[in-house]
Amino acid sequence: MASKLIPSAARQATRSLSRATKSRQTQQFTRPLSTTPQRRSEAMAVHRNTPINNPSIPFSFTDQNKAIIDEILKRYPPQYKKAAVMPLLDVGQRQHGFTSISVMNEVARLLQMPPMRVYEVATFYSMYNRDPVGKFFVQVCTTSPCMLGGCGSDVIMKTCEEELGVHSGATTEDGIFTLLEVECLGACVNAPMVQINDDYYEDLTPETMRQLLKALREVAKSTNMDLEKIPRPGPQVYEGVQRMTCEPRPGKTSLHDVYDHKAHLRTDGEL
Amino acid sequence: MLARPSTKTATGLVASATRSYAVPVFATGCLSSSRDPRRSYATVQDATPKKRQYGGLKDQDRIFQNLYGHHGTDLASAKKYGDWHKTKEIILKGHDWLINEIKASGLRGRGGAGFPSGLKFSFMNFKGWENDKKPRYLVINADEGEPGTCKDREIMRKDPHKLIEGCLVVGRAMNATAAYIYIRGEFYHEATVLQRAIQEAYKDGLIGKNACGSGFDFDVYLHRGAGAYVCGEETSLIESLEGKAGKPRLKPPFPAAVGLFGCPSTVTNVETVAVCPTIMRRGGKWFAGFGRERNQGTKLFCISGHVNNPCTVEEEMSIPLRELIDRHCGGVRGGWDNLKAIIPGGSSTPILPKKMCDDQLMDFDALKDSQSGLGTAAVIVMDKSADVVRMISRLSAFYKHESCGQCTPCREGSSWMMKMMQRFEKGQAKKREIDMMQELTKQVEGHTICALGEAFAWPVQGLIRHFRPELEARVEGYKAKAGDEVFAGGWEPNSRRDGMLIAPGQ
Repeated sequence: MASKLIPSAARQATRSLSRATKSRQTQQFTRPLSTTPQRRSEAMAVHRNTPINNPSIPFSFTDQNKAIIDEILKRYPPQYKKAAVMPLLDVGQRQHGFTSISVMNEVARLLQMPPMRVYEVATFYSMYNRDPVGKFFVQVCTTSPCMLGGCGSDVIMKTCEEELGVHSGATTEDGIFTLLEVECLGACVNAPMVQINDDYYEDLTPETMRQLLKALREVAKSTNMDLEKIPRPGPQVYEGVQRMTCEPRPGKTSLHDVYDHKAHLRTDGEL
Repeated sequence: MLARPSTKTATGLVASATRSYAVPVFATGCLSSSRDPRRSYATVQDATPKKRQYGGLKDQDRIFQNLYGHHGTDLASAKKYGDWHKTKEIILKGHDWLINEIKASGLRGRGGAGFPSGLKFSFMNFKGWENDKKPRYLVINADEGEPGTCKDREIMRKDPHKLIEGCLVVGRAMNATAAYIYIRGEFYHEATVLQRAIQEAYKDGLIGKNACGSGFDFDVYLHRGAGAYVCGEETSLIESLEGKAGKPRLKPPFPAAVGLFGCPSTVTNVETVAVCPTIMRRGGKWFAGFGRERNQGTKLFCISGHVNNPCTVEEEMSIPLRELIDRHCGGVRGGWDNLKAIIPGGSSTPILPKKMCDDQLMDFDALKDSQSGLGTAAVIVMDKSADVVRMISRLSAFYKHESCGQCTPCREGSSWMMKMMQRFEKGQAKKREIDMMQELTKQVEGHTICALGEAFAWPVQGLIRHFRPELEARVEGYKAKAGDEVFAGGWEPNSRRDGMLIAPGQ
């Protein structure tokens, strides 16, 4: 009955007043709201319209990419066109720079899929950047083997942070680099390593990492983006030795010479 | 009371009937004094088994001749060094012959689980398969993401024709019509090499219509993933290939019945498929000549971490771990005595302390006996300077990141585990939380759709099994620094005084 007679505003006011007096009296019993800092290892899986990323920005594939898309679609059964959603999003990302909502909508239209199915895919996989990234996307592998191998990924990560002046997940102010800590990239015997755009740079040391970032910055700042000047991907010089690929550093311990394969075929006459 | 009878009683005197019944272990010991009295099962063995030293594979027996980039990846070089030799004759032998040959070779899946490949391929040729007119697919799992593993990458970027020929041979063995190679998205360069090799093979008539002139049609397609570790699981890989989020499916139905695009399909690892043509050319018996019984063959080992020369190398199965490291990697940094622990087969296999590494053989069964696993044969070595707790904690973070979020035990458990492990890095925990972690892993294991639940549980179980004193020491260390023991959940000793609400019993 009281709830009907006293208006809610007045009720609230009296309540908060009494609460205030109480809390002043018994301060030691207040319970602070305990929170832990949120760990955001990946970008938010929710889309919010921004001036550079909203559905009203038109997007269409270039003619060259349309030819590639036709080629891709031939790989899948005609009734399963949607199997091509991953390669198409990749093509879209390469054309547009990142996987914007318009890219996703265009892919959905091309593949005759509900747009939500495309959003599901684009948010599930970590290689679709739903926010713009720098010209050079530096992904530092920090999983256990890279943490152990060579000089260790902690040192590499620290070098990158010092050299670029940003932490993991951020883009430099000039928009050249985006730094990101990622999970195992599958080059563990060449640890520590980073992936920059599509290239793997392996067997790194703080010095080679710094040189690499400097060289890339120069390339990006030069007027005509001279791609020739980008350092050669693959293993870098480590303790004075540059490996070809995955062989032991001082020299091969196996495969010294290649055998004559015809001399070792089966002899039971089956073939 | 069941006391262990001494060897002398068991062999010298005739043990009483009740005792030998109660301890059947010693029944054999009574009968023959020449045998090891401590044998646990009554097995008949007339002669002592031949002691064989495994390892030291000869160059002529290595399948991946181009592992270190000796020659180019083009078709002409591949043919020169033995690929695509007599492929037509091989595939015209028919599926029964092919599968029997794989069975005879003793090949077990190289992707981690070690399931016998011949048996797996034969599931596709179930009764009445020929009446089903649907397409049939072979799916190659090249989504190599297990921390420590980098063997498939070397195959794809240096020996792509071995893989493509393997697709054709294995595809014929299971009467598949096409193969999809699902390569992880980060391997852009590898995908380019592979795509070029596929185009060369098409152009040369080796695959496509009337592949190798055999009368069979066989297509090979490449599909790039986009960075999801969980897509290395077979059903999740199929989902991903169908253009969905890579969340594993429940089995049954198994992929051999209902797989990719609703058609019968089989998912296999790159290495398993890439070795098949060579097995066919050189004979299953040749391959079975390496390694111990039921663990035959050669294998690519990737040794990373604290060794002098980390490398990928092809070696005989059952090679002793120590020999593998000493022969190919120049030993552990600071010598063998500086070794602390190894992870023998990629991140999801339990860690082994040094005392178990001394005479460890590297094969499926020997590592299983040590409560670990061969996995993908990716050996991660840690010397005494390594922080084992931090290593495992980082792996927990990895699994937390890669859990697809479909099953609650894995989604929530992996994130709890990561948080607890990160506290244990500093020692900010109570000792009884070690048992809590053990219990948590046991609650996850086997209660998820795919094996990612096990994969994140096992490293932690291994850590608790072998490095419990280290975990306890950290807790003690933190206690000494903070002045008093922390509350469970990592709350600082003085948090109750500060007005935090700490439940009783914490």
